[in-house]
Amino acid sequence: MDQLVTLLGYEFVQNAIAAGFVIAIVSGVVSGFVVARNMSFAVHALAELGFTGSAGFLLLHLSPVLGLLFGSAITAVFIGTLGVRARGRDVVVGVVMAFGLGLGVLFITLYKGYANQAFAILFGTITGVSRGDVLLLLAIGAVTLIALAAIYRPLVFATVDPEVAEARGVPVGALAVGFLLIMAAAVAEAIQVVGVLLILTLLITPGAAAERLTPRPGLAIAYSVSIALLCTLGGILLALITNAPVSVFVTSLSFACYLLARFAIGPRRPELRPVAARAS
Amino acid sequence: MKAPPAIRFERVTLSYGARTVWSDLSLDVAAGTFVAILGPNGSGKTSLLRAILGLVQPSAGRIDVLGRAPHRGDPGIGYVPQHSSFDPELPFRGRDLVRLGIDGHRWGVAWADPAANASVDRALAEVEAVAYADAPIGRLSGGEQQRLRIAQALVGNPRILLCDEPLANLDLRYQQAITDLIAGWRDRTGGTVLFVTHDVNPVLRVVDEVLFVVNGRWAAGAPDEVLRSERMSELYGSHVDVVRVHGRILVVGESTESGFNIEEPHHAPAVVVDHPEQP
Repeated sequence: MDQLVTLLGYEFVQNAIAAGFVIAIVSGVVSGFVVARNMSFAVHALAELGFTGSAGFLLLHLSPVLGLLFGSAITAVFIGTLGVRARGRDVVVGVVMAFGLGLGVLFITLYKGYANQAFAILFGTITGVSRGDVLLLLAIGAVTLIALAAIYRPLVFATVDPEVAEARGVPVGALAVGFLLIMAAAVAEAIQVVGVLLILTLLITPGAAAERLTPRPGLAIAYSVSIALLCTLGGILLALITNAPVSVFVTSLSFACYLLARFAIGPRRPELRPVAARAS
Repeated sequence: MKAPPAIRFERVTLSYGARTVWSDLSLDVAAGTFVAILGPNGSGKTSLLRAILGLVQPSAGRIDVLGRAPHRGDPGIGYVPQHSSFDPELPFRGRDLVRLGIDGHRWGVAWADPAANASVDRALAEVEAVAYADAPIGRLSGGEQQRLRIAQALVGNPRILLCDEPLANLDLRYQQAITDLIAGWRDRTGGTVLFVTHDVNPVLRVVDEVLFVVNGRWAAGAPDEVLRSERMSELYGSHVDVVRVHGRILVVGESTESGFNIEEPHHAPAVVVDHPEQP
């Protein structure tokens, strides 16, 4: 305990916790939509091409965080415009991802700096973020959440019930691209904690666990955010105490949350059972 | 003075690229009419609804909906799309689906709104879906989901209801219940119903007019005028029999070398169930 209090006095620890807080809220909100829209593969592609962007920016001596954002945003636009329909989307994601990752390999080969910068992007660097990084993450997070709030209702409509949404005048195609851009920002944020390779632990698992806990859409988002916060902040603290990498604990905690939600808590919730007495 | 029609088609042709779906369709649908839109798969029944919704533009002719050109998001139209199921784990309730019918198209976040909740409760009660309105929507049966979709379409008090195969995948009991629900709304509000179906029989009791679309051609009128052997043979361009059995109508094609001249026999049910005779 004393050790923990000492640690909390360090600036790098405070930065990590502040950044983790912002990132968890964004991830928690976005992951509910990622799960409902069945976009796990797109998340993966955005993250890997964020890595390419980041490697490219390192090569040009620019901020790797902005490089991440740049790479995933470009990918979002490509996926959004080339494959709006759900059926063709995975194929388009695969095609774009393969090419972008090839570019990433090229950039890393050309880069003469420290290879561990690239390593950090792959596995997460939360304990290395500066005060400036925290402010940048906060700004990206705030813009992401405001954008999501602005399109929330029609996005829900287009996600759950696309045919009627279209008939009611909801711009279903434009919202798909808009949400991909929001995902791109969330991916760029979450990579700071868990890295490119483990991105799904923050952008899928909280939403997947939350939907096992309640049928209420608003409450599901609240649960998802709580789970993301627990995993991120818990992961950071456990990593500080044990000196093991943050992502190990974040992935373990989020997997535990999912298992608990799916097999222990969810099945006991009466509101999630199919209605027993069928009135017709 | 005759009231203006709820929907008017004036020599409308609909094409996708080089393919003409149907052509030269003229039709007046008076307010309060229940129209069944019939025809084989791929004959453009859904396209007709999409044209009324303003989602596809006709290549020729003019459509009027409630006295205006069709436009997306017309609040005067309620729409029940073809059955598509919901993910069983989706954190979404029937109540939430109906609420989308009120303000789902508006920007921003949906806050608690007592007036909207009261409208949702009323719509749920009208379709008798209160008992399962709070359950996850993906875990409900097809018939229960269909009632919720109808509540969603009606919650905004439209004047026209467009239904695309609302009876598909439902057993006979549910087919009757859903038909009664929609006919009841029409009787109560004087609304207009366009009802796409591949089988006219479940709705025969309540239908005022049928529109039969085949191979780009069409025929419209009272069911007894249109669903006759001569008229249907003319429409299909080959010999077709319209048979009435136990109050049910079957449209049956003759067999040819390549199979039947009607690709999809017009719903020949395995079990014939008695229905009230048509007057």
